[in-house]
Amino acid sequence: MKTKSNIERILESGGFVVTSECGPPRGADPEVIRKKGNLLKGVVDAVNVTDNQTSVVRMSSFSSCIILKEMGFDPILQMVCRDRNRIAIQSDILGAGALGINNILCLSGDHQKFGDHPKAKNVFDIDSIQLINTVKILRDDGKFLGGEEVKGKPVLFIGAAENPFADPFEIRAARLGKKVKAGCEFIQTQCIYNMEKFTKWMEMVRDRGLHERCAILAGVTPFKSVGMAKYMKNSVPGMDVPDGMIERMKGVAKEKQSEEGIKICVETIQKLREIPGVRGIHIMAIEWEEKVAEIAQSAGLLPRPQV
Amino acid sequence: MIVANRKSLEEILNMLKPYKKVLLLGCNECVTVCAAGGEREVGVLASELKLSRAKDGQEIEIKEQTLERQCDHEYIDQVRPFVGDYEVILSIACGAGIQYVGEKYRTKIVLPGVNTTFLGVTLEQGVWSERCQGCGECVLHMTGGVCPIARCAKSLLNGPCGGSSNGKCEVDKDLDCGWQLIIDRLKELNQLDRYEEIIPVKDWTTSRDGGPRKRLREDLRL
Repeated sequence: MKTKSNIERILESGGFVVTSECGPPRGADPEVIRKKGNLLKGVVDAVNVTDNQTSVVRMSSFSSCIILKEMGFDPILQMVCRDRNRIAIQSDILGAGALGINNILCLSGDHQKFGDHPKAKNVFDIDSIQLINTVKILRDDGKFLGGEEVKGKPVLFIGAAENPFADPFEIRAARLGKKVKAGCEFIQTQCIYNMEKFTKWMEMVRDRGLHERCAILAGVTPFKSVGMAKYMKNSVPGMDVPDGMIERMKGVAKEKQSEEGIKICVETIQKLREIPGVRGIHIMAIEWEEKVAEIAQSAGLLPRPQV
Repeated sequence: MIVANRKSLEEILNMLKPYKKVLLLGCNECVTVCAAGGEREVGVLASELKLSRAKDGQEIEIKEQTLERQCDHEYIDQVRPFVGDYEVILSIACGAGIQYVGEKYRTKIVLPGVNTTFLGVTLEQGVWSERCQGCGECVLHMTGGVCPIARCAKSLLNGPCGGSSNGKCEVDKDLDCGWQLIIDRLKELNQLDRYEEIIPVKDWTTSRDGGPRKRLREDLRL
């Protein structure tokens, strides 16, 4: 074991990992985080905390991680390259190490055009692959990007995201290969609805042997309604929702749609567990955290191994 | 070329409000090619200004002049004999030209009549597109001749983000994904294996981040 990460420990023991996420509030009320946290107690092995997702200003991922840490969770600090240069990034990584955050998820970040401050200047001093490598260099070599020695290395389990449905599809596994080469130890994927394409992507991942060097956690998001399914299909960049899914949601009465969404999600998890190389599930129930326990239970993912 | 857009007539009229005698300076270089600040645009803008001011009963005298370049002092010097006759200079060259005119005539107010935007190419008549951000350390040999700094909305150096869809960028459905272009070109060149190499963190000191830049060629200096 390189770190004190709960997910690293479970993966090393050959276990199947369950993670979920917690979106910080648009304000300074810590109770929002605690409330969301309480819904995930005993249900997940680690909790992602998003970093100003969709470029909308929220409570920082870092501070929300600390609130969850105090509740006994093993938080995953999401960090995007949109808002920080290499100086701020390395500084935050040191802080995360100091405060006992064990996991980091390295992301490029959504473009600010989508958020509530579209007139902002973006940074993108480094990209997500370079960020992965930055964490690795700090942790394993005890060096800053500038070459100086780190006094007290930050010990974080290194993760990243990958979207198997984005284009150009043919280089998606190669891109994951670059992440693994840079030091990535676990991957959480974009929400999976198109099982056929995901299966194909996993084949490409296995052909390169990447699943043995990096744990693939498959991402799922339950639909609350047919409206949400359509929105995900048409308006969320990089999302692949097959027409069949929309039809299936349409096929049930409005008041039964959320139930159907959960059902689809549970079935998806069951199929994903059968795919060689899938080492865990990442459940992203967007502003629907109260359903994570039910999904995990129905999918046979509970109880979770004791910390 | 440097691509610029003319400012709106309203904005220019606003800047010119206090003045009655204006020297309007165009440039024969890039802004002529991108139809923002050449001789033709000088003529059009002068007519528009005179017409608007006449309508408001605020006559204006405009001297129209288009220089070979506004980024070389020998051409800027050509207006020296009569620059004193005007209260203000309105330049529709790029931002470099506008500033350089001001440096040469220090007691004159120089107003910008264009917004300078990017280094680009002519795609077709009336359409220009960005190609270069002048970062000072070219990587085109590694990326199939397509620049990830200028053509990816996030300037990513190691591949497309998760928002690349059907060849388009997440920022705008009409915008090509820079990394799709890079991958397509690498394939055409039989160099797709180049994509596997990790491009390390960039040294931005050669870019704007290193401070305003200056280039010196000792062998050419007099």
